[in-house]
Amino acid sequence: MTKLEKLSPGSWHYLMMAEVFPDLLRPSDALIDLTAEGEEIVLLSPDLVNSGGLSKFAEKHPDRVINTGLSEQNTVSMAAGLATTGMVPWVSGMASFLALLCNEQIRMDVAYCQQPVRIIGHHTGLSFGFYGSSHHATEDIGALRSIANMTIISPADGNQQYAAMMASRDYDGPLYYRTGRGRDPEVYAEGAPFVIGKAIEHMRGTDVTVIACGMPLHPSIQAATKLNAEGYSVGVIDMHTIKPLDVDAVLEAASHSKVILTVEEHNVLGGLGAAVAEVLAENGSPARLVRHGIKDEYSLIGPPTHLYQHYKLDEDGIESVIRDQLA
Amino acid sequence: MAHAQTKQPGRNDLRPTADEIALMREKARMVRLETIRLILLPKIGHFSSVFSCAEIFSSLYYGVMSLKKGDPKWPDRDRFTYGKGHAAIGHFPILTDLGFLPKEVLDGYCSLGNPLGDHPDMTKVPGIDFSSGSIGHALSNGLGMAMGGRMQGRDFTVFTMMGDGEQQEGQVWEAATAAVANKVNNLIAIVDQNGYQLDGAVKDIVDTGDLAAKWRAFGWETHEVDGHNLDELTTVLRHLKADKTRPGPACVIARTIKGKGIDLMENQTGWHLGYLTPEDSEIAAQEIMSKEI
Ligand SMILES: Cc1ncc(C[n+]2csc(CCOP(=O)(O)OP(=O)(O)O)c2C)c(N)n1
Ligand SMILES: [Mg+2]
Repeated sequence: MTKLEKLSPGSWHYLMMAEVFPDLLRPSDALIDLTAEGEEIVLLSPDLVNSGGLSKFAEKHPDRVINTGLSEQNTVSMAAGLATTGMVPWVSGMASFLALLCNEQIRMDVAYCQQPVRIIGHHTGLSFGFYGSSHHATEDIGALRSIANMTIISPADGNQQYAAMMASRDYDGPLYYRTGRGRDPEVYAEGAPFVIGKAIEHMRGTDVTVIACGMPLHPSIQAATKLNAEGYSVGVIDMHTIKPLDVDAVLEAASHSKVILTVEEHNVLGGLGAAVAEVLAENGSPARLVRHGIKDEYSLIGPPTHLYQHYKLDEDGIESVIRDQLA
Repeated sequence: MAHAQTKQPGRNDLRPTADEIALMREKARMVRLETIRLILLPKIGHFSSVFSCAEIFSSLYYGVMSLKKGDPKWPDRDRFTYGKGHAAIGHFPILTDLGFLPKEVLDGYCSLGNPLGDHPDMTKVPGIDFSSGSIGHALSNGLGMAMGGRMQGRDFTVFTMMGDGEQQEGQVWEAATAAVANKVNNLIAIVDQNGYQLDGAVKDIVDTGDLAAKWRAFGWETHEVDGHNLDELTTVLRHLKADKTRPGPACVIARTIKGKGIDLMENQTGWHLGYLTPEDSEIAAQEIMSKEI
């Protein structure tokens, strides 16, 4: 009888994921280091310890992991209860199923009750690719931004995620981290400074300033670099914290740029573009705003890179969107 | 059988014939082989979640449900919803086989803009009765369909398949309570009890205990069967569908093996998601061909 006895080198299964995508392990590193610094960390994950890149933490601190199975809402409410005892609960799961499925638990039990629960929503935006529009999270910023007391951070890469998680040490309120799938192109070196609520200016421009967060930051920098080499003046700001928004950074950019272009892996309604629009409108800024992202629709499915190309969220796409403003 | 009545067909009358079993076995094999073939396209997929429910799919679609070939919107058809939407890759080939879904579309699985991805989308895929992806909604969707059918005087049955990890979702038990309270007898739940979820064995993650006792305690007529035994599975499902005297919904706990068909994958956590190279896929296909499940 013919039988699959052992795997050839190209084949792999789920438990090998961390070997294939080592960046996945950055959240583990941060939780291990926070624990070493004395934080009473407890990790709660609804059947997503491995896919959230937390197997390394789970191996090191098995007594500090609660795998809550397929019970997301229960998980978030439990975390809030744990927080009242002095523990520092981290909840890690898929962005769509935490920010949306547990939206009310986050509002009622975490934010309203002011519990310092840290939530990681991974595989956000379109990064789930062909897994389905059901798995895409293009509403998580919007759904959480209108909840008072919430802080929303969208790291651009593994190193920034690590830094942003370490920054939670001195942070009282609840936090939501919107992260990719652990394969995002690297923007930041290890140890690059990170302050919650303080935008990072990469380039300064007078024609267009791109304000981006998360995965699209890298291609935005690439596109701007290319255009600047052609003689244009394009700036790029990493607005990694969407709430509280760095209002000064937005107004400063608007004071020297004709156009502000927001770029996000999210619906243009309710997300980064909306947050920037509110600031510009309320301050009577003369800069014109263009919001780039998902245009209030359910995204198609396909391999992530194909989707980024389709939705003009890759380097070429962002370049073309900037060029439209330069013409 | 707890509710067998003399007026109802007896259990034996509903047993599938040898020919019917042979057909269902062939279709379950098709489900496994197509899953292996289609996973080659996106280079990642849910082998083992499909392999545990291949017989459930084939029993329903070739032995139990009332359907019209080529007419996926027939209003009197039986409905199928499933919370474990990640098994869609095993469901799509059946929709093609039934003339609901063009073969060219199937062959474009997971490519940009193709309607078929890892999870089923009712707005794009003919033959999908309800979309899923967020695990735990399907029984509520099925309950709504069953009550709609009853209100409209239509005689269809709704089958909802759930994973055993899915049994941890609170919404499942909200629907379970509501179905009994509303005396919905045209709803049949099937639990694919393969013992595993994503991070490991269900009993190690959050043990769901005696599932049959739980469903009974919630008021569901509950049966336990070998989910790979097409004779047993089909007989029970046919009986439950035919029994119009039952006061409420019914549940079938199908004991299955996650990864059934490929020894290397059986009862292994890792294979919830994975990839086989074309060479390994070929060997896996031969292993499926060589077995009679
Ligand atoms: C609400 C929700 N949470 C998490 C997931 C991710 N997920 C996909 S499959 C799976 C495990 C499912 O286990 P089970 O229900 O036992 O299904 P099976 O073993 O048949 O694959 C998880 C956690 C999801 N799709 N939906
Ligand atoms: Mg299971």
